[in-house]
Amino acid sequence: MILTARSDLPLDKDEHSRFLPWLIAFMVFLSILAVAGMLVLNATASRWDTGVRGNLTIQVVPTDDAAVDEARLNEVLTVLATTPEVARYNALDEMRLISLLEPWVGPSAVKGDLPLPRLIDVGLKHATDFTAEDLGALLGGRVKGVAIDDHRVWLDRLVRIIETFEVLALVVLLFIVMATAGTVVFTTRTGLAIHREAIEVLHLIGAHDDYIARQFAKRALSLGIHGGLLGLVLALPTLWMLTHLASSLDERLLPDIGFGPWHWVLVLAMPVSVALIAMTTAKVTVMRNLARML
Amino acid sequence: MVQISWNDRRSGSERPSLESRGSVIPENIEHIVRFKNIGLRYGLGREVLLDVSFALKPGSFHFLVGESGAGKSSLLKLIYLALRPTRGSISLFGHEIASTSRDDLPALRRKVGVVFQEFKLLNHLSAFDNVALPMRVAGAKRKDVDRHVTELLNWVGLKDHMQARPPTLSGGQQQRVAIARAVISRPSLLLADEPTGNIDDQMGLRLIHLFEELNRLGTTVIIATHSQQLVERLGYAQLQLTNGQLAIIPGRAEIEPAATATETEKTIAEGGDIQNGHPDSHGVAGEEHSSVKVSSVESNF
Repeated sequence: MILTARSDLPLDKDEHSRFLPWLIAFMVFLSILAVAGMLVLNATASRWDTGVRGNLTIQVVPTDDAAVDEARLNEVLTVLATTPEVARYNALDEMRLISLLEPWVGPSAVKGDLPLPRLIDVGLKHATDFTAEDLGALLGGRVKGVAIDDHRVWLDRLVRIIETFEVLALVVLLFIVMATAGTVVFTTRTGLAIHREAIEVLHLIGAHDDYIARQFAKRALSLGIHGGLLGLVLALPTLWMLTHLASSLDERLLPDIGFGPWHWVLVLAMPVSVALIAMTTAKVTVMRNLARML
Repeated sequence: MVQISWNDRRSGSERPSLESRGSVIPENIEHIVRFKNIGLRYGLGREVLLDVSFALKPGSFHFLVGESGAGKSSLLKLIYLALRPTRGSISLFGHEIASTSRDDLPALRRKVGVVFQEFKLLNHLSAFDNVALPMRVAGAKRKDVDRHVTELLNWVGLKDHMQARPPTLSGGQQQRVAIARAVISRPSLLLADEPTGNIDDQMGLRLIHLFEELNRLGTTVIIATHSQQLVERLGYAQLQLTNGQLAIIPGRAEIEPAATATETEKTIAEGGDIQNGHPDSHGVAGEEHSSVKVSSVESNF
């Protein structure tokens, strides 16, 4: 077993490396939260994108003449009915429009003379290249005063914000890796200084640098695995709490952040990855330092 | 009477440390160690070794003598590759050290057994693990390590102290552990820095007999010592250091027979090449020695 492997150097007695598992645990805890945050943001962007893609809103701008508005609406509905790329459409009636506006402008305002456009919710077929521009071209020649919104403008802005947060999470992850590696380098160098005499003896009896470096690497891997598991144990309840909190909120505000199997694989890979980073860093540090010896 | 396999040079096929020997020591090499105009200084200090030149034949036995500070330990460190000379060239087992890649040095070091003056045992390891180190470093199988180390520790009288840590052992016991570690891989060259310095005369003599037996099995031996009494008693050739300068004093056997003396003087004049340090002039390991058993060592030990 690698965790109990015999070592020629008393690395397991080193006081200075005792804090390493705790630090690695903290790093793994943060990295799991960062990865979970990225996954949630990614799922949110994806869900919003899927929800909006293929959905259009046609706005028939109101005029002073209600009969003309009604005729224009019917003309638009006729075009939609004869367009094969349109999967469904639904003209919102006036009561529905008022109910949507009431929370924003108050009940008295919408019952007055506020001109309300007629809105039509349109769903395009999935396997089609038909776009809002194509539909606009069809309608433009037959109906005046019609606006088509494919929600891309605000969606793109939201996705950009989410992508920014994802990059930030990646930067945090990078900092975590750098901090872990830096700490392992410091710990390993201290170990090399403490055990310098024993290392010299090993060298003099014919040990290769790799033989010595492997002992430091095994120790770092062992500490990394201990710290990683500790970090995982701390992170899992936190993730559960966040999931529970999200599910109690309005579904439209936050998507379901329940993890799929691959997400769990990714989360579980974090402690292993950090342990492997610790091991590799220790080995490279020792090899570089020993290369300066005879 | 104990008869153990590691004393037979030709049984080396069982031993990983010997398996690689052929690749490190070329067949029929002329010199195990050759120093040519070696100078050594630490930092900006004065030179502690000045134009040291000598060459040692395989299977020879030499004392390295000189007063404290004469450079004995420095010279040994150069041989076991713990130091690089400031100038000059060193050849070990036929390899020019200056042109040998760093990756190849461990293979050379495995052929050199060193008994350090201060033992340099690893205090956190048991006596068993200390002695096992050279074999483990060489990648020996666990069962071979267990067998050979147990046999050797039995042989040096530490059967009941195998699991003892060095700090719990007496000076003499630590010294025997250090010697066992130096010889466990049957080195081609054995260096001992004041191996009798911390022990009584009786034990010192027994250790010297051990080195002689190893020498008869083919190991080239250099012993650094202050004990003029020991040197005179055994009569081997001497490498004498005085203020960093080396003089070579032939062994008793080289002086007594006229022909041998003449040959020795000639070779010294040609560059300090000692043909053979043995007083009895038959120290080079040959086939006739390969079957010598440890039991004969044990009787002296």
